[in-house]
Amino acid sequence: MPRVLIVGATSAIAIEVAKAFAARGARLFLSGRDPLKLSAVADDLRVRYAAQVESAVLDVSDVARHEDLVGRALRCWGGLDVVLVAHGILPDQARCEASVAETLRALEINFIGTAALLTVVAAAFERQRSGCIAVITSVAGDRGRGSNYVYGAAKGGLHVFLQGLRNRLHAAGVTVLEIKPGFVDTPMTAHVPKGGLFASPHRVGRAIHRAITRRRDVVYVPWFWRPLMLGIRLVPERVFKRLKL
Amino acid sequence: MAGREYRSWGHTAAGAPAAVVPVVWRSDPPALAGLSGTLLPFAYGRSYGDSCLNAGGTLLDVTPLNRFMAFDDHTGVLQCEAGVTLAEILELVVPRGWFLPVVPGTKWVSLGGAIANDIHGKNHHRAGTFGAHVTRFELLRSSGERVCCSPAENAPLFRATIGGLGLTGLILWAEIRLARIPGPAIAMDRIRFGGLDEFFQLCASDRDFEYTVAWLDGLGGRDALGRGIFMRGNHAAGAGPRPPTKAASPDARLPLDPPFALVRRPAMSAFNAVYYRGQLKPRISRTVAYEPFFFPLDAIPGWNRLYGPGGLVQYQCVVPDDVGHRPIRDVRAEVRRSREACYLAVLKVFGAAPSPGLLSFPRPGVTLAMDFAYRGERTLRLLDRLDAVVAAAGGAVYPAKDARMSGASFRRFFPRWESFAGHVDPKFSSSFWRRVTGG
Repeated sequence: MPRVLIVGATSAIAIEVAKAFAARGARLFLSGRDPLKLSAVADDLRVRYAAQVESAVLDVSDVARHEDLVGRALRCWGGLDVVLVAHGILPDQARCEASVAETLRALEINFIGTAALLTVVAAAFERQRSGCIAVITSVAGDRGRGSNYVYGAAKGGLHVFLQGLRNRLHAAGVTVLEIKPGFVDTPMTAHVPKGGLFASPHRVGRAIHRAITRRRDVVYVPWFWRPLMLGIRLVPERVFKRLKL
Repeated sequence: MAGREYRSWGHTAAGAPAAVVPVVWRSDPPALAGLSGTLLPFAYGRSYGDSCLNAGGTLLDVTPLNRFMAFDDHTGVLQCEAGVTLAEILELVVPRGWFLPVVPGTKWVSLGGAIANDIHGKNHHRAGTFGAHVTRFELLRSSGERVCCSPAENAPLFRATIGGLGLTGLILWAEIRLARIPGPAIAMDRIRFGGLDEFFQLCASDRDFEYTVAWLDGLGGRDALGRGIFMRGNHAAGAGPRPPTKAASPDARLPLDPPFALVRRPAMSAFNAVYYRGQLKPRISRTVAYEPFFFPLDAIPGWNRLYGPGGLVQYQCVVPDDVGHRPIRDVRAEVRRSREACYLAVLKVFGAAPSPGLLSFPRPGVTLAMDFAYRGERTLRLLDRLDAVVAAAGGAVYPAKDARMSGASFRRFFPRWESFAGHVDPKFSSSFWRRVTGG
């Protein structure tokens, strides 16, 4: 049965992935910023699935504590098979444009913190010569748009980071999975008006669990975002820059 | 949240909210004082009328609040958040030998809704209402105060919140006591009856059966009551056959709304005749899975839409019983005279167990729930006449099913409403509450 570390475990998508693993007997180590939310999620998994769940509080921007957290998770279950990195914030683009601090904070949480954490995880998985590193990025990282490029840049940066990591760890037998969700109906997007493209966290969570067990490299969830984003990437820049997106 | 509808089950009551605020964490709920307008909790919209609506106000969507907190499978005490569905609870506890103490006719209701309507089931004569099995809950008031309520602690607010239609504040979580069962099956009998006297003879089975209820053919039969099928059952060991289909979620529905009513008199008349005659033997005994026994309509996701754009009205009343069964006869006679189409009706004798809530609907007597296709004024006129019959008999009409009773009728049916009103949170309200109190 897989041993799974989930970072950002109180996000709606991560909770659904955790449920899919717990329902199949996986042992889970959860981390998140808020101790009360973390224990609410852990208790739910224990009661629903009689799952073995441990948890520890971590703020991903506290880079100095990454080593300690990954070490605890490894010791807790005697190794790890899956690490899912699911933390992240959706910054307000307009506020980022008006504030350097806001822009840096968003990049710090969504890119720098994640890259730091992945460096620690990669070293551990390279040593054990197995495992799957799964990271939730976003379709927003496929092309920069005026309406959310600070978020998109962090996710796009992660995309390149993960490509390189995948290339490096392939020889060690470690899978690196990038998950690109489209719009998901979660508390993170509660303020966004909803259209037909929104998917439920449940659907996205199951798709992520499936992608991890099938050792995929890059998945779009739901699947239709792959052709959609291909089309968007193909628009020439001299046309794209004129669009209101 | 995306794709969610904030309508009630009957589709007749209008009342879009001005805003919907999701409640995601019990440790970090929205600051209620800062929200605009009046507030009302909302989950799966299984109330038929406007008691779950807050036209022009704010709905607090509690469906994200759906975590289990603790379950002791030695004592059967379960603690979970208010948005957990009864379906999820059953899925968890039935394999471990426990069952909800009371279940309604659908499993797609939230725990918070079950408390707020003090729901009843086919075992009312044994178990009383749902609220009788609630040991405690936490209530968030708009002042930001969190109040832990139980029969011993903050008892007045506990009694106001059970059956309190969501008006006393937001239930964050609750603890309930489950019932032990020998297995997931139901050993059941289905017995045909031709009229009222036969029905009441069959009700003697309440002594030996945990669950009893009768389906009435609203369109046929010899006397005012109509013919029907009496169902009774007890929990039993053994798996029973698997339920035929499993609806995937409370939001599952027909792929398209029919533009007209599929439920019409000739079709339903034929259906009822087949259903009634289809049972060739006067009595059938068999062991079935619990789901089709308790939740037959859950197999048809969104069945309410079969009534078409006009919608459906359910009328559920309770009237005291007497030697001649006069009150229930009067109600049925009034329906017969109106020639309004009542396709489906369900009949049940309530037990003597007192309901814990100030505004609880169940009380000793006979309860009758009737589905009508909504046909405007003439349907409403009939229901007003029924209110008069029920009021004269000293009965009541169920707010969870209602979209039209007058304020005067409400106050007559629920004489303790004034002491209840004292517990209503100053910022909470509903379309129903404004309608019946004129406030």
